[in-house]
Amino acid sequence: MVIAGLGGQGVLKASDILADAAFSAGLDVKKSELHGMSQRGGSVSSDVRFGERVFSPMTPEGEADFLVVIAPDQIPVNAAALREGGILIEPSQIDESSLPSKKSINVALLGILSRYLPFSVDAWAAALQRNLPEKLHEANLMAFSIGRGNGQACGRAVEQ
Amino acid sequence: MAAIDAGVRLGTGYPGTPSTEILESFESLGGRAQWSPNEKVALEVGIGVAFAGARALVTMKHVGLNVAADPLFTVAYTRLDGALVVVSADDPGMASSQNEQDNRRYALAAGVPMLEPSDSQEAYEFTLRAIEISERWQVPVLLRMTTRVCHSKTVVRRGTVAIPSPRPAHFEHDFGSRVMIPAYARPAHLRLRKKLAEIAAWNEEPGPNELVAGTPSLGVITSGVAFQYVREVAPTASVLKLGMTYPLPVERMRAFAAGVERCIVIEEGDPYLVEAARTAGIAVEGKPGAFRCGELNTARVRRILEGDSSPEPKRVPGKPPALCAGCPHRSVYTALKNLNCIVSGDIGCYSLGALPPFEAMDSLVCMGAAIGVGLGMRHSLPPEEAKRVVSVIGDSTFVHSGITGLVEMVYNPPESGHVVLILDNGTTAMTGMQEHPGTGRTLAHAKTGKVVFEDLARALGIRNVHVIDPTLAPAKFQELIQSCLDVPELSVVIARRDCLLASRAIREYERCNEQQTD
Repeated sequence: MVIAGLGGQGVLKASDILADAAFSAGLDVKKSELHGMSQRGGSVSSDVRFGERVFSPMTPEGEADFLVVIAPDQIPVNAAALREGGILIEPSQIDESSLPSKKSINVALLGILSRYLPFSVDAWAAALQRNLPEKLHEANLMAFSIGRGNGQACGRAVEQ
Repeated sequence: MAAIDAGVRLGTGYPGTPSTEILESFESLGGRAQWSPNEKVALEVGIGVAFAGARALVTMKHVGLNVAADPLFTVAYTRLDGALVVVSADDPGMASSQNEQDNRRYALAAGVPMLEPSDSQEAYEFTLRAIEISERWQVPVLLRMTTRVCHSKTVVRRGTVAIPSPRPAHFEHDFGSRVMIPAYARPAHLRLRKKLAEIAAWNEEPGPNELVAGTPSLGVITSGVAFQYVREVAPTASVLKLGMTYPLPVERMRAFAAGVERCIVIEEGDPYLVEAARTAGIAVEGKPGAFRCGELNTARVRRILEGDSSPEPKRVPGKPPALCAGCPHRSVYTALKNLNCIVSGDIGCYSLGALPPFEAMDSLVCMGAAIGVGLGMRHSLPPEEAKRVVSVIGDSTFVHSGITGLVEMVYNPPESGHVVLILDNGTTAMTGMQEHPGTGRTLAHAKTGKVVFEDLARALGIRNVHVIDPTLAPAKFQELIQSCLDVPELSVVIARRDCLLASRAIREYERCNEQQTD
């Protein structure tokens, strides 16, 4: 899968949490990301792949099962990542005003993604807690549940 | 983690994507790590650690090894008592670099053994192996990584490689092995070649190389992250994965190639392996020239294997990075644009001043080049143009390699004078807010000695030295630059204001450090 957005939106944090959840489920996991220039508000994306054995750390173009995009204007930039029938998860699926903090949109979108993945809520919660400072746990756990609650079957396939 | 497990005494380096996190992680796990002013100094400190019998890890990005090349080529001749591992983090595809040089060439040119990990597990294991090889043959070892190995996370099992415990640090006189005057360096070079022959034999068998048995119809010789792409794209192929790519296990490569119908070399970057194979008389296919540029991935490896030369799909361009809203560099570039300056620029966040809306940087070559290049322009341009030239350099970059440029300016001043603008935002911002000698704080943000730029400039005999906050007083800043440009004198203007992203952390470090001194 691919998580995308802009610098500062928590793309890498979201991919860390996802990779951690998959790792805890006993899977081989690889994630890849690009830093550097992208820190200054530019496009950022991170690939996470898991399964019995993973080779390339990058998701091949057109093969992503899921694309999570935190900034709406980054959807066209990343749409080619999705396979046919792959699922796009985007901010319009969340009522931002229901979130404890706008900054937790990345985690809320993970909540939507979690609907499709075979990891338990407890495993997600543990992964969240391992990757965020304690003072952010409560708000992010709430954002995650909001996403998980709202996210059922909301994802859409995008036109290639 | 490998450095911790190996008992590395000291980690040194200069921040640079994609290498920066290594020393930060080492320090956070309890290791002793420090930022040096530049890679050359970092390597020299590492050499001292290894001469003292301890273990050193020196990290840098690929272009950093250019700066450190001078000590690298000669330390290869010497005899180390401890270990010296130099990490070169290459950036094929230039995710955040000014070129995509392939530093495997350095191993060959300097005669330094080189290991190439292909994932996090191998990064762990090869670091330990590199220390072992360094101590066994008393030579430095290059650990050559690439962006997709550095900036990927894959599962790591700890404790998979056991190496001898570090010995206590101790110095023994050994003039012939460490004083590289010609009389001692000549036999030292012969010794190095003998060591490399031994290492080559070791690399043939056992060596850190891996054979993946597969179909005899297709054989692939590969190294580094390209191995992962090959395994994904051609799961049935026979694969010879080279872990040590200098000196090469030539006979193993020859036997592998002879055992398959089609043998192709898949490597990222330069045709390094393929040229070496062909020089040894091994018939192998290589990749077409187009794949020398940019990084590889599974799609490109598939194209190489299938001989597909159709145009590659273009990626939709993403949003380019920009100077942050509220960035102190913004008012600097506004002024330089207003004054129609010819700007000799440098490397850092402020390189973004080259992009719209500012488009106020005319050149960027390498770390520290702003001053020398600006001086060269001043020396050659007609007077009306020469007096518009300004050299712009960041604080960390100035410490890295701008100081010698300032010395050059004092020693060979252009007739029209010159203006050097140091953009001091109190941090190495672009690589992620690392400290440097101008901040007065260590890698771990503790208080230490501080290089004060204005004192340094004055000590060099530059009379016009100004310190100003360009965000607080943009009009005054522009007037100041104008007045410096108007006179045929040497000026240094320090535009000082903390990076917006770092300022809160900087205040916190300062507060903690003050409390500790109270």
